Amino acid sequence: MQRFIAVRVLQSVMALVVMSMIVFGLARISGNPIDVMLPIEAEKEDYARLEQHWGLDKPLHVQYYIFIKKALQGDFGESLKYQGKSAMSLVVERLPATLELAGFALLISAILALPIGVLAAVAKGSSMDTAAKIIALLGQSLPAFWLGIVLMWIFAVMLDWLPSSGRGGLKHLILPAITLGWFQVAVIMRLVRSSMLEVLDSEFVKLARVKGIPEWKVVWKHCLRNASIAPLTVFAIIAGSLLTGSVVTETVFTWPGVGLLVVDAVRSRDFQVVQAVVILFAGIFILCNLLVDILYAYLDPRIRYQ
Amino acid sequence: MPQLTTTRTLPWYAAPWFIESWHKVRRYPLIPIALLLFLLVIPAMFAPVVSPHDPHIGSLSSRLTPPFWQDGGTMEHILGTDKLGRDMLSRIIYGARISLTVSLIAIFVGGIIGTVLGLVAGYFGRRTDAVIMRLVDISLALPTILLALVLVAAVGPSFGTVITVLIVLLWARYARLVRGETLAIKELDFIARARVAGASPARIMFKYIFPNVVNSLIVLATLQVGYVILLESSLSFLGAGLPRAEPAWGVMVSDGRELIVTAWWVSMFPGIAIMLTVLSLNLLGDWLRDHLDPKLRNL
Repeated sequence: MQRFIAVRVLQSVMALVVMSMIVFGLARISGNPIDVMLPIEAEKEDYARLEQHWGLDKPLHVQYYIFIKKALQGDFGESLKYQGKSAMSLVVERLPATLELAGFALLISAILALPIGVLAAVAKGSSMDTAAKIIALLGQSLPAFWLGIVLMWIFAVMLDWLPSSGRGGLKHLILPAITLGWFQVAVIMRLVRSSMLEVLDSEFVKLARVKGIPEWKVVWKHCLRNASIAPLTVFAIIAGSLLTGSVVTETVFTWPGVGLLVVDAVRSRDFQVVQAVVILFAGIFILCNLLVDILYAYLDPRIRYQ
Repeated sequence: MPQLTTTRTLPWYAAPWFIESWHKVRRYPLIPIALLLFLLVIPAMFAPVVSPHDPHIGSLSSRLTPPFWQDGGTMEHILGTDKLGRDMLSRIIYGARISLTVSLIAIFVGGIIGTVLGLVAGYFGRRTDAVIMRLVDISLALPTILLALVLVAAVGPSFGTVITVLIVLLWARYARLVRGETLAIKELDFIARARVAGASPARIMFKYIFPNVVNSLIVLATLQVGYVILLESSLSFLGAGLPRAEPAWGVMVSDGRELIVTAWWVSMFPGIAIMLTVLSLNLLGDWLRDHLDPKLRNL
């Protein structure tokens, strides 16, 4: 087990290093940020002065070394667009909004997906099962950005029930959370269904039935508890797609979170902010993967010896 | 004397003939294929002939014309026009061409890279395998959209960059799939015999192993076309995909976002086009998987 954990931790660190190199390299090819900051009539000395100020005159590997050293301390430099603010402070400022949205989306998708998945498995082949299949198919086929606009059009423009954009109370949260959670519903539901089918077929469920335990208790207590291990393990995938999905959803609803920040930063070539966001998100994503792998190996010893 | 009846008598509760033939029809993926042909392939191939107007040029005098069934709509612009007076139907038809070209090129190139690396990793094993599979793991652990945003922002939006982004994101799945199958196939007797007969590793990989993974590759590629079209249109929507002047579906939905109060059709029709295309591709992919390669169930 210790060996397994050590190997997986090493792999995760490697993935993070590669990601940081890609981000660092790409941010540097994306063009000289000084061009964006200075007016056209700027003198050569102005360029030199600014380059020195931002450390852009040093060789690349030195820049990368400095970048990593500072990144480990959570320092990604000052934002180019919002002068005087550090990139990390901008991200930290926006993080609560994104977490609020992602958490609510996860809640909505779990509330919807668990019962539908269980019912679809219990009544396999029925119209309930077909309906679940259709929901799963739609979940995979609907583009999130378009779903957001459709919801906005129906509930904000035509019916005028909910606000169309921005952050505020619970009312502002509903449409973006549904948009973001929609795809997860399909993913979680399919997993719950397939693992429920497996559990329903097992010996201890037959025993529970033979013992005369009411069917609802067999399904919702004995089966669901055992079937929820598999969905738990895709939590990493779900957390990852919630974080990256927030980029699209926040753009649609102008939700003031990290996703909107990074899209704005990409457009205005503010690469300090892009680096901070991408590395942070990639870190969270890779960490979730790692935790789940370890959890899974702990729960299922066969994995450790593969 | 044996009875030689040719008609079989059905019990009264059997399904009538039309239900039975419907079940026969349902065994073939007619609806997704018809939708695909109707929406994607034929318009894409014959875009200049089929589309009623030029997708790039509009007249400002007829801007934001609603679709024909609404007040102010005309039969000239069946699905209305956008804010520059460009015909929506023509733009959607050209959008099909763009989506199809971009995703097919990306999947083809990504598939070739992934297949070759997968074959090499599976066949040679050891170091080679370890290195390639670490690359696969890393590539699959990268957050897709963020990586694409950074890549496109670095080089600017164009066809080339979008296709490159998609290839970078796609190859790993093919490599993993092919490597797994190669590991199983290379243990079989006919590979050992080929080796004894003196076949080179390249010949064994491409002549003997490759034909056995083609089915899985076709299934994966079909399942991915829908995903790639979604990804490409999401990127275009974010302004990090195809150039804004192109009639790509994602760009069109993005154009319509700010017009949602006054002109709903600008964002609705391209979105419906994306949805129906991806839906029919997914249905077709599921069907292919069930019939060609049922072991890929959890793909």
